[in-house]
Amino acid sequence: MANSSSVYETQSRVDPIERHTLAVLVDNEPGILARVAGLFSGRGYNIDSLTVAETDHMAGLSRITVVTTGTPMIIEQIKSQLGRLVPVHDVADLTSEGPHVERELALVKVAGRGEHRVEALRTADIFRARAVDSTTESFVFEITGSSEKVDAFIDLMKPLGLVDVARTGVVAIARGAGGL
Amino acid sequence: MTGAAMVVRALIDQGVEAVFGYPGGAVLPIYDEIFKQNQLKHYLVRQEGGAVHAAEGYARSTGKTGVVLVTSGPGATNAVTGLTDALMDSIPIICLTGQVPTHLIGNDAFQEADTTGITRPCTKHNYLVKDVNDLSRVMHEAFHVARSGRPGPVVIDLPKDIQFAEGDYSKPEAFEHRSYRPKTEPEPAAIDEALDLMAKAERPLFYIGGGVINAGPQASADLRSLVRSTGFPITQTLMGLGAFPTDDKQSLGMVGMHGLYESNMAMHDCDLMIAIGARFDDRVTGRIDAFSPNSKKIHVDIDASSINKNVRVDLPIVADAGRTLSLLLKGWRSRNLKVNAKAIDLWWRVIDKWRERQCLTYDKTSKIIKPQLALELLQAAMEKSGREYFVTTEVGQHQMWAAQFLQFRDPNRWMTSGGLGTMGYGLPAATGVQVAHPDALVVDVSGEASFLMNMQEMSTISQYKLPIKLFILNNQWMGMVRQWQELLHGSRYSESYTDSLPDFIKLAEAFGWTGLIANDPGELESVIDRMIQVDGPVIADIRVDQKENCFPMIPSGAAHNEMLMGPNAAQTAEVSDAGKALV
Ligand SMILES: Cc1ncc(C[n+]2csc(CCOP(=O)(O)OP(=O)(O)O)c2C)c(N)n1
Ligand SMILES: [Mg+2]
Repeated sequence: MANSSSVYETQSRVDPIERHTLAVLVDNEPGILARVAGLFSGRGYNIDSLTVAETDHMAGLSRITVVTTGTPMIIEQIKSQLGRLVPVHDVADLTSEGPHVERELALVKVAGRGEHRVEALRTADIFRARAVDSTTESFVFEITGSSEKVDAFIDLMKPLGLVDVARTGVVAIARGAGGL
Repeated sequence: MTGAAMVVRALIDQGVEAVFGYPGGAVLPIYDEIFKQNQLKHYLVRQEGGAVHAAEGYARSTGKTGVVLVTSGPGATNAVTGLTDALMDSIPIICLTGQVPTHLIGNDAFQEADTTGITRPCTKHNYLVKDVNDLSRVMHEAFHVARSGRPGPVVIDLPKDIQFAEGDYSKPEAFEHRSYRPKTEPEPAAIDEALDLMAKAERPLFYIGGGVINAGPQASADLRSLVRSTGFPITQTLMGLGAFPTDDKQSLGMVGMHGLYESNMAMHDCDLMIAIGARFDDRVTGRIDAFSPNSKKIHVDIDASSINKNVRVDLPIVADAGRTLSLLLKGWRSRNLKVNAKAIDLWWRVIDKWRERQCLTYDKTSKIIKPQLALELLQAAMEKSGREYFVTTEVGQHQMWAAQFLQFRDPNRWMTSGGLGTMGYGLPAATGVQVAHPDALVVDVSGEASFLMNMQEMSTISQYKLPIKLFILNNQWMGMVRQWQELLHGSRYSESYTDSLPDFIKLAEAFGWTGLIANDPGELESVIDRMIQVDGPVIADIRVDQKENCFPMIPSGAAHNEMLMGPNAAQTAEVSDAGKALV
């Protein structure tokens, strides 16, 4: 039986779990993604979503967007740990640094005939999804929006013959004139 | 110039004098270049793990960067423990590893290992050089990364074709790294706030860690001045010992799991904690929610990720410990600050009461050698020798007793594996220390089990005629394991007896060393004197009490004011299940 004054019970003192979107500017060099991903796995941090692509070819910079969850103390740790990596230029906590825009893109394939097909098209229209491929029995829709919007669209497509989903994960940027 | 020649040139241009290494197919071009010159001396170890620990000892005793050279595959994997050790204890190391030629990388080629993959989590940074034109930049950058900011190990993986390739060498020059910029300067406002807190404090305590030693000798000098001008008590971590003289009246000795009663009680009861270059490690804090509940905490650390990691602090200062100490001292003097003398006086009276417990008491009349006595006599003999002395340790009870019973007066004289707790560290570390300080007295305080982990390094020590003194507190047990089994596992001594020990005297002689043995307290003094006088390496086999345990002890999961003071307390101690699950 655990002693009432044990470390574990007291550590599970309820700190709120927060979701934060971080933008990380890094040198686009081999192994950089492994460094970032390894930091999260090695220290037991959560990755809800991670995207990376080169954003400045001349300067050789990539931008990584990570969505993570944790107590405020853990989020602080994650930011300092990221900042400690040698090829990291900058870490911005978009969630705590003010308003920002988050977007995700998904490609959603639906197969069906008749009423299902019509309904799929109609729903896509409401969500402002575009059909980027179509055959007599299938569509591929492209949808962009918040993750919640993408989730909702996918849920509606399920009964209409959802075949496959590919999602980019979240990219995000601060509102206003300032940059990283 | 070939890549291999550039490597050696860069080492020389970086001021490197000693390289610890072991050859193999993938680094032969570099060994060939080493053969052709005589500015840089190579020390051949007997296992790559020994090379990294030797470089750590070299680095920690000099403040310079330690350099290691090993081959690909097994050479690199053998280095992993040492790299992890250096990362945990913030020791600047450059480790050059050979790699299969670039066109074979990923082919499971002979002696191929994914060295950058394996070492990513156990280095501060690592590089795989795929173009000879990047080589000199990478070499110089690696030195900068290893020794600046929070120091640490850096691996440079060098494919063999790059070592043969021709390219242009460039000299080290002042450059700004693209992204890496450690913050070293404290905010002036934070310094002022810290000084205000210090002037107001009623029960202040300096809590000093290895970061102060890493910050260089001036940091320790400034710390001394600051501590003395404030009159505050000071406690040091295992890695911080020597930043302030432990025999000074303001020193409370080591803090933490096997720290002194007065230190731990002061940590618990202080109202202002001034943490500098210490990282609130679990060995120091004990139960985190009961850690120093009523104190305001100032935390100075060059690594932002050390701050608010385990313990929430009130005034974080991300900066170099040395810079901060110098500014604190300057501010304290220029602002002409005064402490709350009445309160501080009262605080010292409380501390003196704790000191009266004499927590390091042991049976001095014992007919069997007590390890504590052996260390006290060792300390006295080292001092009597009038020589500069350095102490390394292995890991276990002997290490904790050494931390408790030896005295530490200067920085960079004490090398021990703190964060990783690596058995087998001490002997190779002593090698590195003695290489850097050929005329000094270098003693490895060892346990018989730890020694066996890297005893092959005896051969290295013989080859370079290093007069290292191996002081084995031989209790024929993995004493620290036995102690935990007594405390947590009903004294069921599962696999903790060190059976089939060698005859240490014959072993010493087999390597051309001198072997000595002390069986009872009466022989101790003469054995230690002889060990120090012998001109060459010595094993002193000190047969100590097999049953002695190390106290005080904060059992896992307990708070600072719940220390076990001795064997009697330990028998009745109850460790919570959650505490048992802790390491
Ligand atoms: C490489 C490694 N393996 C295992 C351990 C766990 N361990 C800690 S202390 C210890 C026993 C050390 O025995 P010895 O060197 O004789 O020292 P003593 O405690 O008896 O003084 C062990 C096995 C360790 N710290 N390092
Ligand atoms: Mg032992």
